[in-house]
Amino acid sequence: MARLSIEHLRKTYGDLTVVDDVTIDIADGEFLVLLGPSGCGKTTTLRMVAGFIAPSAGAITIGERSVTALPPWKRNCGLVFQSYALFPHMTVAENVAFGLEMRKVSPADRIPRVAEALRLVQLAGFDERYPRQLSGGQQQRVALARALAMEPDVLLLDEPLSNLDAKLRQEVRVEIRDLQRKLGLTTIMVTHDQEEALTMADRLVVMEKGKVRQIGSQRELYEKPADRFVAGFIGRSAFLDGEITAPGRFRTRGGVEIGCAAATGTGAATLALRPERIAVGGEAQGLHNHFQARVEHASYLGAILDIDVSLSGHDRMLLQIPNKAGVAEPKPGETITIGWAEDAGLVYPREA
Amino acid sequence: MSASTRPSLGSVALNAAAGLSLLYILLPLIFVTWLAFFRQEIPSFPPEGYSLKWFAAAANNQPFINGFLLSLQVGVAATLLGLLVGVPASLALVRHRIVLGPLFNTLLLMPLVMPGIVLGTAIYVFQIETEIATGLPVMGSQGGLIAAHTLVVIPWVVRLVTASLVGFDRTIEEAAQNLGAGPFTTFRRVTLPSIRPGIVAAGLFGFVTSFGNLEMSLFLVGPGRTTLPIAILQYLEWKIDPTVAAASLIQIVLIAVAMIITDRYVKLSRVV
Repeated sequence: MARLSIEHLRKTYGDLTVVDDVTIDIADGEFLVLLGPSGCGKTTTLRMVAGFIAPSAGAITIGERSVTALPPWKRNCGLVFQSYALFPHMTVAENVAFGLEMRKVSPADRIPRVAEALRLVQLAGFDERYPRQLSGGQQQRVALARALAMEPDVLLLDEPLSNLDAKLRQEVRVEIRDLQRKLGLTTIMVTHDQEEALTMADRLVVMEKGKVRQIGSQRELYEKPADRFVAGFIGRSAFLDGEITAPGRFRTRGGVEIGCAAATGTGAATLALRPERIAVGGEAQGLHNHFQARVEHASYLGAILDIDVSLSGHDRMLLQIPNKAGVAEPKPGETITIGWAEDAGLVYPREA
Repeated sequence: MSASTRPSLGSVALNAAAGLSLLYILLPLIFVTWLAFFRQEIPSFPPEGYSLKWFAAAANNQPFINGFLLSLQVGVAATLLGLLVGVPASLALVRHRIVLGPLFNTLLLMPLVMPGIVLGTAIYVFQIETEIATGLPVMGSQGGLIAAHTLVVIPWVVRLVTASLVGFDRTIEEAAQNLGAGPFTTFRRVTLPSIRPGIVAAGLFGFVTSFGNLEMSLFLVGPGRTTLPIAILQYLEWKIDPTVAAASLIQIVLIAVAMIITDRYVKLSRVV
């Protein structure tokens, strides 16, 4: 196992920049998740680490070894593919042994290591099966065992759970995480699934349009999102566009005045509020900011209600209210009171 | 189920049409087989009786034996050469963006659609010119014949191997490389086994095409060097007794056996 460092990594195709100056340090044994919408460059970054894509600029170091110029077969990164990519003409045992064979491990020494890898993923006894005889979940485990058997310096997971059904995904998530901790594997996982990322990661990297938007723990990303994109991508936020009129004062586009401790500087800005900081009804009355809002649309989602309200003709925001027993959901056209404290909300500069 | 007890008019018509087509395809084969067992020398109906003597005659006919051996040698050599050229060509065509790729693809498939007479004439003229220019004995040589047959094998290889490469999932090659396999090992251990059915089928069809080739070979054989189809044709110029039918039947059975054996290892219906 080793630490992994990615420095100023870039990938361009002609005029198109797919990965733009990405720098990430991953500690020995850390589970890092690259998270972002599709096309954000997370998979390209992973494939550059594995050696399948040559970076346009930048460096990748595994442990003390610079691997930037090495071909994939000399990098010793175990990669679990989204499609598993098992060898269809080889048995489970042959699949798992392949990496050992390439490392010139003798046939006699391979047997216990294959057995150990299969035991780790709870597939002992499946040695002689062919991939087509296995379920999707089992194939996924074989792919993981195959990557683990060769004792890689880093483990790379490319959307490893996306082809599994929802129930299985929950289980495998925990299993992978436990295994990774037990073996102390330095791991990078790529996913677009926010919940998956939050439950598995030690640290997350949010990417968008080829750039790293923020690196941090779950709590840091949720409570101190670095920009409007992260505020909207990690968890949910209600956004109000407007401008900062004075320190601590924010005026929405529709002219609603809001007291906001986070408003500093001047100019066009966006106020982001987490749904749980917004109070509705009687609780809202005593708060620094409280307004009458018109319900435009309400959706019943079980545990929560999604309510789309307007503060004025120009200011719409989406609220989430816990679904409390005995409380009727607001109807479109009704007026409700909403409010939040002065210290609630973050303000991001906005290009006017 | 009424559908199964009383078949609809449409399905009856479809089955009838399929049956007729099959009969049409098999009829020459049936007649050749029947004829091979006729006792009389001049084929006429009804047969006067049945005999196996024509098989003995075919097996003891020296031109047929020599032709069979030559066709076998040429077929095997042309098939191997065709695979040696066709497999890398298919890989290049499918995997790399080649300038004028579609043009090369068409060129490689061309011998399949070109009439054998035209191909034979063209190669014949080419061989004469080559011999005049270089002084090497090209005309009527076995090497020249093999080279020409390689040309008719290549289209089968390119067609069948590109077809199996197009459906091939390349991430398994990446998986092999990720596990430490270099490009050559990856090809040998992962790519080749996956396209093997296509290669086997290509070899088989290429060989059959070469073995049965008559029109092109007519121009290219030398004195004392005759392929089996030409030997049969020459025999027919003088005699029409069932020896030819017996020789053909032996040939058909050999090819059928080769196909059945191949099909046990590689499902031909899946590739072709």
